[in-house]
Amino acid sequence: MNYVSSIGSYSIMVREVFKKPTKWPIMKALILKEIDELIYGSMGIIIFISFFIGGVVAIQTALNISNPLIPRNLIGFATRQSVILEFAPTFTSIIMAGKVGSYITSSIGTMRVTEQIDALEVMGVNSLNYLVFPKIIAMFLYPFAVAIAMYVGIFGGWIAGVFGGFSSSADFVEGLQLDFIPFHVTYSFIKSVVFAFVIATVPSYHGYYMKGGALEVGKASTTAFVWTSVVIIILNYILTQLLLG
Amino acid sequence: MIEVNNIHKSFGENHVLKGISTVFDKGKTNLIIGQSGSGKTVFIKCLLGLFTPDEGTISYDGRIYSELTPAERRDLRQEMGMVFQGSALFDSMTVEGNVMFPLEMFTNQSRSEMLDRVNFVLQRVNLSDANNRYPAEISGGMKKRVAIARAIVMNPKYLFCDEPNSGLDPKTAIVIDNLIQEITQEYDITTVINSHDMNSVMEIGEKIVFLKDGHKEWEGSNKEIFKTENAAVTNFVYSSELFKKVRQMYIEERN
Repeated sequence: MNYVSSIGSYSIMVREVFKKPTKWPIMKALILKEIDELIYGSMGIIIFISFFIGGVVAIQTALNISNPLIPRNLIGFATRQSVILEFAPTFTSIIMAGKVGSYITSSIGTMRVTEQIDALEVMGVNSLNYLVFPKIIAMFLYPFAVAIAMYVGIFGGWIAGVFGGFSSSADFVEGLQLDFIPFHVTYSFIKSVVFAFVIATVPSYHGYYMKGGALEVGKASTTAFVWTSVVIIILNYILTQLLLG
Repeated sequence: MIEVNNIHKSFGENHVLKGISTVFDKGKTNLIIGQSGSGKTVFIKCLLGLFTPDEGTISYDGRIYSELTPAERRDLRQEMGMVFQGSALFDSMTVEGNVMFPLEMFTNQSRSEMLDRVNFVLQRVNLSDANNRYPAEISGGMKKRVAIARAIVMNPKYLFCDEPNSGLDPKTAIVIDNLIQEITQEYDITTVINSHDMNSVMEIGEKIVFLKDGHKEWEGSNKEIFKTENAAVTNFVYSSELFKKVRQMYIEERN
């Protein structure tokens, strides 16, 4: 019953976010600030993780090919498929749920605890639009980060495959080009847009409606990470079934 | 003027406000006092429109809040200023940014016009050299002054203060009390203060509403509170030895 009530509150929150917009000059500045905080500020960790994940996928694929009849270009093929279909959109989103999600929950939660949200409401400001809408818009740039994650992940696989002695560069590149289906990239971007919305709104919900003090802000951040991850994983299954099934 | 007529508010089984009626006059500092849990915060949140009463009406110069359209309510909110207990300044903005915020949100003034107004109100609260400092870099008393400056920057008709003296030393508390009273009289604002501070009650309580267990137990001025025989009021207001002696002296003087 509690979960149903939370889903209801979340839906009402999302509806309120799009009501009574803040003045555009102020909103523009808020959106640019959030792009800097949420997207640009996360590029380092996204690049770092993608590079090594790509490398690990390449090495593990290579180590599991014991049959000489299996072509060596499978390493490039498997790296491409794994990175584009799953690791870049989903794995990166789970990382973002931790990094960006906890930032969103703690910043909004602190504003709740210190009555800054009440101050906005008393002034007649739609606090949900002011606080959450810029985050949603900023997160629409997330597919660009996922595109970079794809590129870096595949590059990491190539480095690990070629310089680790598991594959020649030609074999790896041949595998990358083998049976390439452009819709897989579209599928990945569709997933990343949906996940971006989840990463912006679920932690905002946990921060906005939290009760208590500083300790509860920490608890809300942890809960937000758990629920954002759960929602991402469930939506990943549903979207995969809908788009590829 | 704010007229409160028989308001009730419950949270589940908990009946917090039980039929409160009173009038808060314009140009006066009106104080709401009472023990913790007496319903003061819920009452002030109802006055601010943050909570909707289950029953009864609140009228702001003849405008009954529950009968207003959402747009009229928004307009009314812009006539209100609020000083929160913890000041509620925006951490990411400077003092100047905090005070300018309502102007940026609700007016079409140029940057220089807004800056002039901000500097004027900051001077009015005796805080003219802190424009570029962040809330974390200023003292509790300065934060309260910034909160007052932000609350009056839009020329509000109604000013609400929740425990404006909490966490302040007695000297600074008196300065803040006097500042609120001066601003109230200067700009002819209807000011409602939620307070625990008995010095404030004695100093600036032009009208005092005493709440007990969610209902209005007593109302009167800071002069009348000396004379009252209401046991609940005297037990609350004169709970300290100092105030007991002050009251005794007042009664002896009168006799």
